[in-house]
Parts: sequence; structure tokens; C-alpha cells
Amino acid sequence: MKQNVFEILSNTALTDSVYKMILTGDTSDITNCGQFVNIQLEGMFLRRPISVCDYDEKTLTLVYKVVGKGTEAMSKMESGTKLDILTGLGNGYDLSSAGDKPVLLGGGVGVPPMYNLAKKLSAMGKEVNVILGFNTAAEIFYEEEFKALGCSVTVTTVDGSYGLKGFVTNALEKLDYTYFYTCGPEPMLKAVHKASKTSGQMSFEERMGCGFGACMGCSCKTLTGYKRICKEGPVMKKEEILWEA
Amino acid sequence: MGSLNVNLCGIELSNPVIPASGTFGFGYEFAELYDINELGTFSFKGTTRDPRFGNPTPRIAECYSGMINAVGLQNPGVEKVISEELPRLKPCFNKPVMANVSGFSVEDYAYTCEKLDKEEQVGWLEVNISCPNVHGGGMSFGTQPSAAFEVTKAVKAVTTKPVIIKLSPNVTDIVSIAKACEEAGADGISLINTLLGMRIDLRTRKPVIANKMGGFSGPAIFPVAVRMVYQVANAVKIPVVGMGGVSTAEDVIEMMLAGATAVEVGAANLVNPYACRDIIRDLPRVMEKYGIENLSDIIGGVK
Repeated sequence: MKQNVFEILSNTALTDSVYKMILTGDTSDITNCGQFVNIQLEGMFLRRPISVCDYDEKTLTLVYKVVGKGTEAMSKMESGTKLDILTGLGNGYDLSSAGDKPVLLGGGVGVPPMYNLAKKLSAMGKEVNVILGFNTAAEIFYEEEFKALGCSVTVTTVDGSYGLKGFVTNALEKLDYTYFYTCGPEPMLKAVHKASKTSGQMSFEERMGCGFGACMGCSCKTLTGYKRICKEGPVMKKEEILWEA
Repeated sequence: MGSLNVNLCGIELSNPVIPASGTFGFGYEFAELYDINELGTFSFKGTTRDPRFGNPTPRIAECYSGMINAVGLQNPGVEKVISEELPRLKPCFNKPVMANVSGFSVEDYAYTCEKLDKEEQVGWLEVNISCPNVHGGGMSFGTQPSAAFEVTKAVKAVTTKPVIIKLSPNVTDIVSIAKACEEAGADGISLINTLLGMRIDLRTRKPVIANKMGGFSGPAIFPVAVRMVYQVANAVKIPVVGMGGVSTAEDVIEMMLAGATAVEVGAANLVNPYACRDIIRDLPRVMEKYGIENLSDIIGGVK
């Protein structure tokens, strides 16, 4: 973990409520896709945890949805604004078990962490299938970005206004794959857990205090013991997940 | 340069700054960020007789200038704290640590304190009779002078190290409870634990926190803490450890003027993992600004 000041290079709307922020700063502590950063915002007490969409040596890309005061404030920030950010938080995805044909499933604001993962898996020569699930056509983002990485992309919408009508699991059952990676709302994760024919990994979210393992604010029970979403997570293996009623 | 040293219940501290229990784990995670020997000491995660998962999530809510938590004393239990956590801390921290203990019965408190008292790494026992987030325990011992007296007496009977009783602000008369602890043999008092609070999500019309209510902490509660530290320090002869919303070196000095011998820092650690180190490094500048030669000279110095 590192505490650094980043500067916003751009901050643009992708949909009505989803924004893409590109920042420049020291990204050396971001070691894996699926990790998150924790951002200090003026006038807010707790930092805001946001998943890493993409990163390289100098830049960090965050794609976030406006869900409350913190993300609303972020959406109004201008380029040149400086932000205090903790980087390198969480475990991230383990790429070693992907096999030759991994499938990536992103639901809504669970799509962003799939991007750097898809980039890395493609670079490893894998045949990457991506399923992006949204409620409706107006909410779709990043379809072209995944295609540009060379992935096969299927978009599903709940109302059928674009792509395949239904949920990501409706697209999953038509596919042949060696392993899955997913991030999205909990009902979707549960459905993927049930529908998947292989092993896989899923990323969870929870309200956090610190984001670096100190406060026990985001603990959950797993089949392999108590874990902190921020420290031993946010990525968990399919086999260790314990769904609570 | 003057001295930052203070003496807490017979043990010398290189400075009065102590990360508060529940915001610093068992220390080793922060040791990855900086040398935690810079601290006076720290109070480790509240430990109970048996392992606890704590409360369901969400356990955290944002507030103006603060936060609410309802973690519910998640900890691995005293046996594992002794066999796993303290050995992990040992290579990172060469000072006496403050062992924070909670319980659900007088026997629980005595059992856990007796075990930790025997550990060489433990310097003080901080007995939390003020946790607002567990039912049938914690705070219920800290809201009545007779119960506070009973816990203190039972712990003192089975321990040799200084016993500091951590008090709840959620009471009508903080002084009567502090005096009961002193009378039962407490070596020090620490306060304040969190204020009982609640937030409601307007969309769902449900409490933000799964446990409905939780402990409110952060800069917003600092004036309440200063007031209670002042009241207690003026009523007892034993040392007082002040806490509640402390975030800056100025806050540390204000708390000491109110009567605190040492000062704990809680919520600030969760926002800035370097908070305590930064406060310690800033103390000499603030001392010079206000003409303070030795920090220990200002304890209870409010006119």
C-alpha cells in the first residue's frame, strides 16, 4: 500500500451515471488487476474505495458510478485536481488458473475491473470471452474497449433493448470455457456461482472503514474462515464462498 | 528541544500518542508502512475470552466529520491473540503494548485479563466496559457505578500490571463511574469510547448499519471528549488517557490541558494510516508555538 497524490487528467461521462476518470501519479504499488484504490475527498470523512479499471506505469483509470455524495463529488471534478489516494489495496485476480478459454462476466459497475484483467489474459495469448450485463441499452459502456483488446464480447440487457435479452448467465450457458472471473451485484454473483460449470473467482464489495485491513468493517464469513473484503479480498475463489441467507 | 515523554501508570512513554483499540489491529499491518516504535505505545484490537466474528455487515456509516462503526468486537479470542498475534507483533514492536480486553461477564473479564497479564509484551491492561456494539456485555458494565466497580475489582484481583478502565460517554454521570473504578483499585481511566449513533438510508428507509446503531467517532465528538476528560481528571487522582476525535498535534495538547496524561487516536488512523506518526512528528512544532518545554508539564493545565 502506498499513499500518493494523483492528478486528474480527464473525467468524462460514459453514461448518465457512469464516469471515467484518468489520473496520473505513482502506480508502483498497484500489483494486480482486481485491486482497488481508496480516495480521500474534500468534505467527506471516510475515503471512497473504487476498483481499478486499468493502469500502467504512470496512469490510473477508474470507471465509477455515481451512487452517493462521494461519487457525485468525483463526477464534478475538473482535470488538474489533485487527489490523495491509497493504492495497491486488496488481493486482485489470480491469473494462473485461467486455462486457455477463460470467460469474464461483468455486471453494471462490476464491468470496470474486468478490463485490465481481459488485457492481461489477452496478452498471455488466451482466448478471452467477455459477457457484459446491463439493465438497459442506455447503461452500456466499454463494449468497444473490450472488442479492441481482441475479446469476443456478448452484451446482455434485462429489458432486451440491446444484445441478448436476459442476464449474463443466459449468455454463459451457451459458452464453452475453462474458468470464469466475475464482478457485479451480489444476486448476479450468486447466479453465476450456481450456473458456472467450472471453477472461478468473484470480486465482492462492502462498505469499508479503512480499506487496508485495520478496522474489521468489511469482514465476511467464508468456508475457509473469516476474511476482510479489503485485505484477503475483494476477490474470492468459488470454492470458498459461503452465501448467507 | 523539550521532552515529549510522559509517564503512564509507572511506565515511561517516549510520547503520549497511542493508536486506539480497533483502529490499529495488532500493529503489524501498520509496521509495513512505518516503524511503529515511533509510537508511545498502541492499544490492540479488543480481545475477548472466545473468538468472535462480530456483527453482520454493513458495519460502517459515513457521518459529518466522523463515522459510525458496529464491528462488534471481531477478534480471534485470547488464546490465539497470545499464540499468534503477539508473536507476529514481537519483531515489529519493542515497547510494552496496551492489551485491550472486553467481556460479557465479570468472570470473562477476569479470565482474559489474567491470561494477558502474564504476557511479557503487555504493559497495561485497558479494560473496555464501554463497547456499544454488543448485547448483554461491554457497555452494560460501564453504565452503572456498581457494575464498573465489580469488573475493576475482579480484574485487579488476578493481575499485576496497571489496569486502565475504558469508559463509555453514553451515561448520565461519567464522574460517578470513574470514581467507582478508582475506588475498586483501577490504576487509570481512559475515555471516551464512541457515542451511540444511527444513520438512515433515505432510499431504503432502513438503518445504514445492519446492527441499526453503532459507535460514533471522529473529529465531530472531540469537544464531548475534552469535556468528559476534564470532568473525570478533576475528580480522580489516577491518570486519565484522553481520546475521542483526536486528529492533530493541537488536539493532543488540548486533551492534555484538559487533564489527559496520554492521548489515544482512533478514527483518524482509518483515514490516514500515517496519522499517529504525523501527529508525533508535528508535536515539537506545536509545542514551540505555544511555549511548551516539556509535554508532561501541561497535563491538567487548563485554567
